[in-house]
Amino acid sequence: MKIADKNTKAVDLVRDALEKAKKYEDYHAFISMNEARALERAKEIDAKIAKGEKVGRLAGVPFALKDNYLSPEGNTTAAAKMLEDFPAPITATAVAKIEAEGAIMIGRTNLDAYAHGGSTENSYFGPTSNAYDKTRVAGGSSGGSAVAVALDIVPFALGSDTGGSIRQPASFNGVIGVKPTFGAVSRYGVVAMASSTDTMGCFAKTAEDANLVMSIMAGQDAKDSTTLKDYWTKELADAKPSKKKIGLIKDFLGEGVDPEVSKAIKDYANKLKKAGYTIEEIEMPIMKYALAIYYIVVPAEISSNLSRYDGIRYGHRSSEIKSLDDVYSKSRDEGFMPENKRRIMIGNFVLSSGFFDAYYLKAQKARTLLINAYNEAFEKYDALLCPTAPRPAFKIGENTSDPLQMYLEDVMTVPTSLAGIPGINIPVGKSKAGLPIGAQLVGPRQSDQILLNIAASVEGE
Amino acid sequence: MSITREDVLHLAELSNISLSEAQIEPLIKDLDNIVNYFSQLDELNTENVEPTYQCFDMQNVWREDNIEEFEANREDLLALTVESEDNQIKVPKVL
Repeated sequence: MKIADKNTKAVDLVRDALEKAKKYEDYHAFISMNEARALERAKEIDAKIAKGEKVGRLAGVPFALKDNYLSPEGNTTAAAKMLEDFPAPITATAVAKIEAEGAIMIGRTNLDAYAHGGSTENSYFGPTSNAYDKTRVAGGSSGGSAVAVALDIVPFALGSDTGGSIRQPASFNGVIGVKPTFGAVSRYGVVAMASSTDTMGCFAKTAEDANLVMSIMAGQDAKDSTTLKDYWTKELADAKPSKKKIGLIKDFLGEGVDPEVSKAIKDYANKLKKAGYTIEEIEMPIMKYALAIYYIVVPAEISSNLSRYDGIRYGHRSSEIKSLDDVYSKSRDEGFMPENKRRIMIGNFVLSSGFFDAYYLKAQKARTLLINAYNEAFEKYDALLCPTAPRPAFKIGENTSDPLQMYLEDVMTVPTSLAGIPGINIPVGKSKAGLPIGAQLVGPRQSDQILLNIAASVEGE
Repeated sequence: MSITREDVLHLAELSNISLSEAQIEPLIKDLDNIVNYFSQLDELNTENVEPTYQCFDMQNVWREDNIEEFEANREDLLALTVESEDNQIKVPKVL
């Protein structure tokens, strides 16, 4: 990516990004723009460079921010009516770190409200179009960020991934998407969804760019006690896999998977083979249960996290209120999208007395079996390879009447999230219709940089 | 398991969401489909398996109990509420 220096002005980089954002306005990648403040910041950086002062590693680089990261520039809406008028009083740690290195936020990107969804159609502000076909979905929930990078509006964008919300839209739009190890990046100042699987990551065009952004975002933060000690410290070239062995997950290449997708993944596996990796097929029968586990565990956590929206301290308050109860229940009815309500209600169902053991406890036990299967696989392999999604981007409106069908689109990304391990999407080809196809590389905890190293080793071939 | 109208009303109450009549019917069907999908987990033998509530073995992350300045001030936070008076947030009468 281009970084501002004596010959490249930050103002030009930012202006160029803002112009492109305008040109591609009809894709609806952004909820709000940050034009005036972005240009101001760019001028500050140019002035520093002119004076010979030290500037950060991302000096003058424009970026797009998923609209669930809090920062005082613009309202943080989470694409929900509930937060439509919410000016964040704090700055997310990840944003503060990126901005401290000189990167400039040009706008806030669209998402499924509260990041609940896999298509960005659940946004209160309407869907985002796919960068390759306007009639198709951007994927989600970080659809706007993926499209902003795919359309070359910005060289990188921030997203969040709870069950695939970075990897799947990256796959649908043909860009790199990084979902880090759980705890790699502070979640302080990001609208909470599911506390045991929420992770903060990024979209970029190359593995090297993604590594640079992630190395800045990552690190221990006193404001998020689940953050891990700093480990994202290597040069990408030094993060080599030790075994040079990759397992190809057979369960995700057969039934229910678009043959064009399977072929693209097998072709990518061959490319890795030529680059010196050993590729072996592996069967992981537990994988097919991951989706059911996910849609029990995650809604349970959602129901708890979203109980904070009470219409009192901040967020939407209904104007139709007669009692305190109305403040809660009417504000929540009006402020949430239908998918938010479904997930809150499923969460309360699986946690309620009489059903807790049969659903929630059962799912958390099954989650242990899933993690055990991964651990066993990683004794043999550096990484596992599978598609990111069973098929390329689907049509806008195709799944909206059937929530379960929409959930099934997440089948290949949720297992990684439940295990807290890193996964990245790598663009590996296109379908006959010209739609991007993505491969997913998944590795053990804290192997994030190794996955990016593997991706970089065959990039552009 | 099949989700009934009563279940949906009960869950709406637990969730503190005031549902209009038009939202109830589709929720019965959608929640029923989703909950039935969960039943496949019955095929898994989870006897003697410990549940996983979080993926890392972190426990009790301690810190010094120091007073630190919060980045937002009282005015900024109160400005987020619909109604406030004398540094208090106002809600409709409870009793």
